[in-house]
Amino acid sequence: MSDLSKEALAAGARAALEGIEGKALSPKDRLALPVQDMPCQDPVARGQNMHEVAQGYDEAQARIEANRCLGCKNAPCVSGCPVRVDIPGFIAEIQKGDFAQAARVIKRTNLLPSICGRVCPQEGQCQAPCTLGKSLKSIDKAVQIGRLERFVADWERSSGAAGAPAAGHATGKRVAIVGSGPAGLTCAVDVRRQGHEVVIYEAFQKAGGVMVYGIPEFRLPKELVRSEAGVLESMGVRFELNYLVGRTRKLRALLAEDGFDAVFIGAGAGLPKFMDIPGENLVGVFSANEYLTRANLMKAYDRPRAATPIYPSRRVAVLGGGNVAMDSARMALRLGAEEVHILYRRTREEMPARAEEVGHAMEEGVVFDFLSSPTRVLAGADGRCEALEVLSYALGEPDASGRRSPVAIKGSEKVLPYDTVIVAIGNESNPLLARTTPELKVDRKGHIIVDERQKTSIERVYAGGDIVLGAATVILAMGEGRRAAAAINEVLQ
Amino acid sequence: MSRILAKRRLSEEVYRIEVEAPLVARERKAGQFVIVQADAEYGERIPLTIADADPGRGSISLIFQAVGASTHKLAAKEPGAEIVLLGPLGNPTHIERFGWAVCVGGGIGLAPLHPIVEALKAAGNRVTVISGARTKDLLIMQEEMQALADEHLVVTDDGSAGRKALVTEPLKELCGQSPKPDIAVAIGPPVMMKFCAEATRPFGVRTLVSLNTIMIDGTGMCGGCRVTVGGETKFVCVDGPEFDGHLVDWELMMSRLKSYKKLEDEAHERCHLEQAAERLAAGGAR
Ligand SMILES: Cc1cc2nc3c(=O)[nH]c(=O)nc-3n(C[C@H](O)[C@H](O)[C@H](O)COP(=O)(O)OP(=O)(O)OC[C@H]3O[C@@H](n4cnc5c(N)ncnc54)[C@H](O)[C@@H]3O)c2cc1C
Ligand SMILES: Cc1cc2nc3c(=O)[nH]c(=O)nc-3n(C[C@H](O)[C@H](O)[C@H](O)COP(=O)(O)OP(=O)(O)OC[C@H]3O[C@@H](n4cnc5c(N)ncnc54)[C@H](O)[C@@H]3O)c2cc1C
Ligand code: SF4
Ligand code: SF4
Ligand code: FES
Repeated sequence: MSDLSKEALAAGARAALEGIEGKALSPKDRLALPVQDMPCQDPVARGQNMHEVAQGYDEAQARIEANRCLGCKNAPCVSGCPVRVDIPGFIAEIQKGDFAQAARVIKRTNLLPSICGRVCPQEGQCQAPCTLGKSLKSIDKAVQIGRLERFVADWERSSGAAGAPAAGHATGKRVAIVGSGPAGLTCAVDVRRQGHEVVIYEAFQKAGGVMVYGIPEFRLPKELVRSEAGVLESMGVRFELNYLVGRTRKLRALLAEDGFDAVFIGAGAGLPKFMDIPGENLVGVFSANEYLTRANLMKAYDRPRAATPIYPSRRVAVLGGGNVAMDSARMALRLGAEEVHILYRRTREEMPARAEEVGHAMEEGVVFDFLSSPTRVLAGADGRCEALEVLSYALGEPDASGRRSPVAIKGSEKVLPYDTVIVAIGNESNPLLARTTPELKVDRKGHIIVDERQKTSIERVYAGGDIVLGAATVILAMGEGRRAAAAINEVLQ
Repeated sequence: MSRILAKRRLSEEVYRIEVEAPLVARERKAGQFVIVQADAEYGERIPLTIADADPGRGSISLIFQAVGASTHKLAAKEPGAEIVLLGPLGNPTHIERFGWAVCVGGGIGLAPLHPIVEALKAAGNRVTVISGARTKDLLIMQEEMQALADEHLVVTDDGSAGRKALVTEPLKELCGQSPKPDIAVAIGPPVMMKFCAEATRPFGVRTLVSLNTIMIDGTGMCGGCRVTVGGETKFVCVDGPEFDGHLVDWELMMSRLKSYKKLEDEAHERCHLEQAAERLAAGGAR
C-alpha cells in the first residue's frame, strides 16, 4: 500500500542497494533499511478492471527487503508459519541473489508459495513474531516475508526454472483425492512423490477449489492456480473433473470396487450460512459463494462472452468482516455498483480479514459501517430487495476470552436503501459426503472428525482442510493435506 | 467432458439428447438431475432432469425445451460434441407402494415425470397420468406414458389433443373420487405446480412437486437455489428437488426464478440474432 508507483519504488530500492553493495551489514544497518512497500495498481484505475492489484517486488526491492532480515538464530517467524517454512534460510538466499535456491528452500515445506505469498494472513502468522517488527515497535515494519515468498515464486515461474517434483517409482498402490482445493492438491503431490498412483476427483469444471471459485482474479490470478494444477499433471496426477464423490460414485465404492487403497477428503466447507432474518430469500440477496462463483468461476464479469448473468447492482450491502466480505465488496465495485458498504457488528480491530485487503478495500472506496448489523430485508413494490433495516451496536465489557462482544443499542433501527445484499458470514460444512456415507463420523457442525494423523472414522480414509477445520486458511488446509499424505504414505508402505 | 451420442428434435422447441455418462447412468434414480454446461470456459451451468438412462450403453437422455440462450446453445450441439456434465444430483424420489398415484406432467415436465411414473409402477402402484400442454405439438413422451400408465388422460389448452382443459380440472375430479388418490405428483411450469397444489389441498391429497429453481453448482455450495418451504429455507439441489407442494412459498419461488429476467431476455435475443446470422452465412456459402 503505497502512493508511489512501481517505478518510483524500484528506483528507491536501487538507490538503497547501491548504498549497501559489498558492505557487511550490522544489525543496526539492517534496522535502518526502509521497509519495502508493495507497488499497487492505482485505486481508481483498478476499480475498473480485474487485473491483480498488488504488482509484486522487482529484484532490487526484494533484495533490500531481504537484507532487512536479521537472520535470528531462534527464528521466531518460523514458529508463526503453520507449515514451518525455513524463513531465514530462504531469505539468506535472496540476500545472496540465488533466487532459485531460495525457491528450493521454500518448497521443501510449502508447495504453493506463489499462492501463499499472496493470500496468507501474514500479520497473524509468520510476520507477527518477527524480531524486526518487535524492535521497530510496529508489526507493519516486520520483514515482509509473504511478499518475498511471492517474489521468489514468481521469479521461479517466469524464469522457467520451476520443475515438477519427481514422482517416485510406481508402487502399484492407488490413492483417490476428493476435492482439488489446497488441501487436496498438497496431499496429491506428497502421495505421488512416493510413487503411488493419484486421481483427484473434483465437482467443478476447474481445479483449485476456493482459489478458483472464491478468491477473485484481482487478488489471485487464476493463471497461477492453473499452472500449479499443470505441475501436478506433469507429475502424472490425473484429474477427474465434474465428478461428485457421494453422488457420481459413493465414497465406499472408491475403496471397495474401484481399487483405491486410500482416500483423502479435502472437500472444503462450502455450505453458505445465512443470517436467518426475515426477507433473506428475496431476489437481490445472495450468499458470497454464489456472487463470487458467478463472477470468478463463471467469469460473469466478462460480458458478453460469459453466459452466466450477474445481478446489476447500484447500492450493495455486504454482511461480514472476513476476507470473503472484502472480496465480495471489491468485486461488486468492479462490476459497476455505485456504492458498496460493509456492515460489521464489531470494529476494525476485530475484523478477521487480512489487513492488506481491508486497506485495499478502503482505498477503493468501500464504505465500512462498523458496529451495525441488519435485522431484516425489505421488499419493494416489485418484490425485490429494496432496503435493509439496520441496528447499531456498542462494544460491551470484555468476556472470559477477553473479546469485547457487541451489544445491540435498543431503538437504533434505521432503514437504509440497498438493492443488493451479499451475505458473507461464513460457511458450514457441506453435508453431502456425510449423508451419502453414514459411517463417516462428523461433529455437531458437520466437520469430519479426524485423529492427529488426519484419519477419519473409516479405515484408509483421511480428511483435511476446511471440511475438518471449518472455514480456515489456504496454508492450514495445505498443512493438513501434507500431514494426511505422510500418514497415507506410511500405511501404504 | 461428456460426448453427445444422439440428438432428436421432439417438437418445435423440444430436444432430446443422449449423452455418454456411464457412471451417471449406473447410479441415477428417478427424480435426479444433472448440471450441464455447453462450454467449460464461458458456459452457464444449468440443471436438467435425467429423463432416461441406459446403463448397458453407458448413456443418459435429457429432454429440454429451448427457452433461452443456454438451452439454445445446447440445442445447437451435434452428436460428437462434448459438454460438461455433473451428476446425478438431488435426492431420488421417495418411491413406495402408496396405492393409487396421480402423476401430472405439464409440457416439458412430462420428461422428468417419466422415470417417476416408471418407478411408481415398478413398486406396484396404480398410476394415473395426466399429460398436459399448451398445444398438441408440445405433448412429449406420449407413447411411453401410454404404455406405462393404468389410465392416461390428455388435456391441451387449445383442445388440439385430448380434452380442452387445464391439468387441474381432471386432477380435481380424481381427487373428488372415493377412495381418493393416495398421492399426487406434479411436474411442470411453476404456475402449474402451484395450481395443482391448490387443487389437491382441499382434498388433503399429499402432492409432491419438483422445483426448477435457478442453480449454479448443484452441490449445496452457493444457496442460489434456495426456497422457503414450510417457513424454512431449503436448498433445492441438496434438500430437493422434490418438496411437499402444499408447503412451498410459490410467490417467492417464482419471483426468484425471474431474478435475471432482463439479462436473460437480452442474451436470448442475441443468441437468436447470432444463429440467424450463422444460417444466412451458411446459406450464402452454398
Ligand atoms: C472468498 C474467499 C476468500 C478467501 N480468502 C483467503 C485468503 O485471503 N487467505 C487464506 O489463507 N484463505 C482464504 N480463504 C479461505 C481458504 O480459501 C480456504 O480455507 C481453503 O481454500 C480451504 O481449502 P480446502 O482444500 O480445504 O477446500 P476448498 O478450497 O474449499 O476446495 C474444496 C474442493 O472440493 C470440491 N468438492 C467438494 N465436495 C466434493 C465431492 N463430494 N466430490 C468432489 N469434489 C468435491 C469443491 O468443489 C472444491 O473445489 C478464503 C475463502 C473464501 C471463500
Ligand atoms: C432440478 C431441475 C431440473 C430441470 N429439468 C429440466 C428438464 O428436464 N428440461 C428442461 O427443459 N428444463 C429443465 N429445467 C429448467 C432448465 O434448467 C431451464 O430451462 C434452463 O436453465 C434455462 O436456461 P436458458 O439459458 O436457456 O434460459 P434463460 O432465458 O436464461 O432462462 C429462462 C428461465 O429459466 C430459468 N433459469 C435460468 N438460468 C437458470 C439456471 N442456471 N438454472 C436453472 N434455471 C435457470 C429461469 O427461470 C429463467 O427465467 C430444470 C430445472 C431444475 C432446477
Ligand atoms: S507460508 Fe504463509 S505463513 Fe508461512 S512463511 Fe509463507 S506467507 Fe508466511
Ligand atoms: S524473525 Fe524476522 S528478522 Fe528474524 S529471521 Fe525471522 S524474518 Fe528475519
Ligand atoms: S445450486 Fe448452489 S446450492 Fe443449490
